[in-house]
Amino acid sequence: MDHQMDRRRFLAGTAATAGATAGAIVVLPFGSASATPEAMAAAIRKVVGDTPIREGRVSLDLPPLVENGSTVPLVVSVESPMTEADYIKAIHVFNEKNPQPGVFTARLGPRNGRAVVGTRIKLGDSQKIVAIAETSGGQFWSARADVIVTLAACLEEAT
Amino acid sequence: MANVLVNAPKTAKRGSVVEIKALILHPMETGFRPGPNGRIIPRNIIERFTATWNGTEIFDMEMSPAIAANPFVSFFAVASESGTVGLRWTGDEGFVVEERVAIAVE
Amino acid sequence: MKVLRLGIGLAIVFAASWALAQGMADKGATDKRRSGTQDMGEALQKMQDDDTANPGMLFVQLGGQLWGKAAGAAGKSCADCHGGAASMKGVAARYPAIPKDADAPVDLEGRINLCRTANQQAAGFPPESRELLALAAYVAHQSRGLPIAPPDDPKLVPFRLKGQDLWKVRQGQLNLSCAICHDDNAGRKLAGVTIPEAHPTGYPIYRLEWQTLGSLKRRLRNCLAGIRAEPYAYDATEYVMLDLFLMDRARGMMLESPGVRP
Repeated sequence: MDHQMDRRRFLAGTAATAGATAGAIVVLPFGSASATPEAMAAAIRKVVGDTPIREGRVSLDLPPLVENGSTVPLVVSVESPMTEADYIKAIHVFNEKNPQPGVFTARLGPRNGRAVVGTRIKLGDSQKIVAIAETSGGQFWSARADVIVTLAACLEEAT
Repeated sequence: MANVLVNAPKTAKRGSVVEIKALILHPMETGFRPGPNGRIIPRNIIERFTATWNGTEIFDMEMSPAIAANPFVSFFAVASESGTVGLRWTGDEGFVVEERVAIAVE
Repeated sequence: MKVLRLGIGLAIVFAASWALAQGMADKGATDKRRSGTQDMGEALQKMQDDDTANPGMLFVQLGGQLWGKAAGAAGKSCADCHGGAASMKGVAARYPAIPKDADAPVDLEGRINLCRTANQQAAGFPPESRELLALAAYVAHQSRGLPIAPPDDPKLVPFRLKGQDLWKVRQGQLNLSCAICHDDNAGRKLAGVTIPEAHPTGYPIYRLEWQTLGSLKRRLRNCLAGIRAEPYAYDATEYVMLDLFLMDRARGMMLESPGVRP
């Protein structure tokens, strides 16, 4: 029942935000605790401050259907020339249902040539993942992905 | 006996962008799971992964308990000059592992 | 004449290649067995296939280090008797087997522990210990890409038949046999996952659920617990008998150790 309530509140929150914003810059509804779990919103605010977060330039590659949440391959790629004048200085990844909202923060620079980071993460349940890239000019770009974690039928029992 | 697998090219053209992949043996115990006795198993994770090229830091990653066991990291680097890529993992319980690979730049 | 001979020659070549192609097609068509790898998503298949992405390779590396390390009162390493890893090629493809002068079969881990106790004069590794799994992975890795080839030792037959009986017997509170899931319903879904045909092609496997490497024995214990049956004791011959039956059932399939499974 709780789960359904969350979903309704989430939908209501997103609808309200969609109505309130228009144009190329989408202000993600991080301020609203009913749209995304508070912890993730707070963690993101801590990183970006009051700077608006734009959608785009970031691609977040995760399998949409995960066979086991304990090891999920994830790749974040950001469009950037990666020159001294214009580069991605950090990539942050957040989740909304694990015990802690932060997954990792990677710091990069022009010496990386490409703003691409890959790793494997744990997902306790089906949820939304957010990747945020910070440019050398102080802008924030983001991408989100919904991941469905299927539950295995025959799990090992604690013995 | 540190158990690390690193995949980086042995040679690269000057100015080209190369991919470096690294895998390390580590349980990444979250600190949220109860053990068989019902008590929480203490957190034991790698907190930080750092890469240097001839001593200059080029990449850094702060990890959380949400990184999967036996952490895998891949990133890119510009092959600026021949030398050594140094990789370093540090974490709870005094965990420190260092690994080096040589890349010849032509 | 020359043209005629050329014509005949070409006809023979075509006929031969057609026959060859037919033969291959027949083989592909008749062998419908599926390794668990084929039931996994693309991301996991890629993880298994890339040696620097497959976490099982960390254990292969550890096994390689242990292979050269002297142990026990004899002060000998595996390499002191067996030489390089190449000597282990094909070994995992033919285990379990009956050791010389013994009358019961042992699995690969059992063979490693026999070497520990008899030749190195060291204590055997505990079941599912990192060292035992690492050595098993190192040995099994040498057979990657080889077809499973159980030996024709007639002494193995009764054990294999017993394994087949165990496979078919209903047990546990759910009153299920291995065969009900993995023969009769393989390929269908149980909750969100595809029921595999249960061919032991990748052991020891890196199972994402476990977040570590594990043996066929551990997987069989999982299955038994899953059907609410009491798992056999760790040193029970039942596991070896089931292993024998499963390896025979997978005869000719390619070994993939270390496999990655969800």
